[in-house]
Amino acid sequence: MSTRHLLSAADLTKDEATAILDDADRFREALVGREVKKLPTLRGRTVITMFYENSTRTRVSFEVAGKWMSGDVINVSASSSSVSKGESLRDTALTLRAAGADALIIRHPASGAAQQLAEWTAEPNGGGPSVINAGDGTHEHPTQALLDALTIRQRLGSIDGKRVVIVGDILHSRVARSNVLLLSTLGAEVVLVAPPTLLPVGVSSWPVTVSQDLDAELPAADAVLMLRVQAERMNGGFFPSAREYSVLYGLSQKRLAQLSGDAVVLHPGPMLRGMEISSSVADSSQSAVLQQVSNGVHVRMAVLFHLLVGAGREAISA
Amino acid sequence: MLPRSSTSFNDPSREAEKEVQVILAAPSPDRELMSAADVGRTISRIAHQIIEKTALDGPDAPHVVLLGIPTRGVTLAARLARNITDFAGVTVPSGALDITLYRDDLNIKPPRPLEDTSIPDGGVDDAVVVLVDDVLYSGRTVRAALDALRDIGRPRSVQLAALVDRGHRELPLRADYVGKNVPTSRSDNVKVLLTEHDGRDGVLIASHGGPKR
Repeated sequence: MSTRHLLSAADLTKDEATAILDDADRFREALVGREVKKLPTLRGRTVITMFYENSTRTRVSFEVAGKWMSGDVINVSASSSSVSKGESLRDTALTLRAAGADALIIRHPASGAAQQLAEWTAEPNGGGPSVINAGDGTHEHPTQALLDALTIRQRLGSIDGKRVVIVGDILHSRVARSNVLLLSTLGAEVVLVAPPTLLPVGVSSWPVTVSQDLDAELPAADAVLMLRVQAERMNGGFFPSAREYSVLYGLSQKRLAQLSGDAVVLHPGPMLRGMEISSSVADSSQSAVLQQVSNGVHVRMAVLFHLLVGAGREAISA
Repeated sequence: MLPRSSTSFNDPSREAEKEVQVILAAPSPDRELMSAADVGRTISRIAHQIIEKTALDGPDAPHVVLLGIPTRGVTLAARLARNITDFAGVTVPSGALDITLYRDDLNIKPPRPLEDTSIPDGGVDDAVVVLVDDVLYSGRTVRAALDALRDIGRPRSVQLAALVDRGHRELPLRADYVGKNVPTSRSDNVKVLLTEHDGRDGVLIASHGGPKR
């Protein structure tokens, strides 16, 4: 990796991303059917997760990944730490660095928080903890993109040349941004389907094609990534009603039938069943939602391995 | 022998004769330690030794599992398994055990990619596990393999097979089956070639190639 941080999916070259996906598969192989799910690889390394937004999947999978590799994983959440007393992000980060963190994993409602954190905690000699972006506002969520890419690769055999349709709330979705960057790096063709109100400004400069017609895009799709409608980030009317959104942009059983039999359905979770995805589709054999979660653990193991293991970590970035 | 001369050996005119040719300074080409035929014969011999030592063809034969250490150890393990089937008529499962995550030099060497791990169905519990590697050198790879094995199960016993033992052990370990003992210098580079990876079988040694790992 070009830096010791993982802040954006754009940081990864094709070779680096492929190496992480390969290693994630190897981690799965190494742990399958084992009595003791423990590798000594991160012994003596301290990994601190800082979650300023709620999360189940990401926090748990980072914690499991760190612990299965024998790292010491400590969770800091905004509500149960001095953050609730008014401590700034910068002071909290410097405190955690002083406490001996080798890696800081941050989720924060503000876009760019991870980048800021990396700058604040960098030491003059090039040292300081590795920062991993676990979702910053509506900006990026690179490890989610990696696990989506891994799931697509496992289901379809490859990513290069595959057509991936991302549907829904692109505007508020860090998952969509990271996926667009990573999937196009890996050679996939990305199509965004969303109401015009939920497309970000400047989407025309992205390496994607944009459509408003989900039914037209489904037959040629190899993978469909459904996004959650992020009501908590919406302060205004982005679509007339939930029912209309669901009819136009939801993945129903009827729409599932338009997909080819090999196509895979992904959702980063949490799913709003009945809104962007119907319950029967979410539980169908073409849905890879739970495979995504277990891949999440292995991808995060691979990311921690790439960032925290190896000589001259400091020297490379200095 | 220096040519006889009437002038004294200390005479400045004889300075050129004192030049000692430094043969070792130039990198020597790869020297063949084992030919393709040698490699085939040696693998057969180790297979026979495994059969004998573990009493594989006897009535109370233990469950034997061959685990190769990537990449060439895996190929060697598969060949040994085929040979054992040919010689003793018993099927011995072979698999792969990547030890990268258990190395003790992870933080002093550049990162390395992970390799395949595949433990045969049935696992290693109560089995006689034969670890197979191409070159036995410091012993650190074997130590890592023993650690990895402990997390996978509890074998009845663990044995070690290596095609080449080049010495310079840094840990108190020895192999149960050795194809060839080769005295080497630490700066030598011992390369095992196998048809599946390199197009042909053989073992080469290159001086001044730097240590392999």
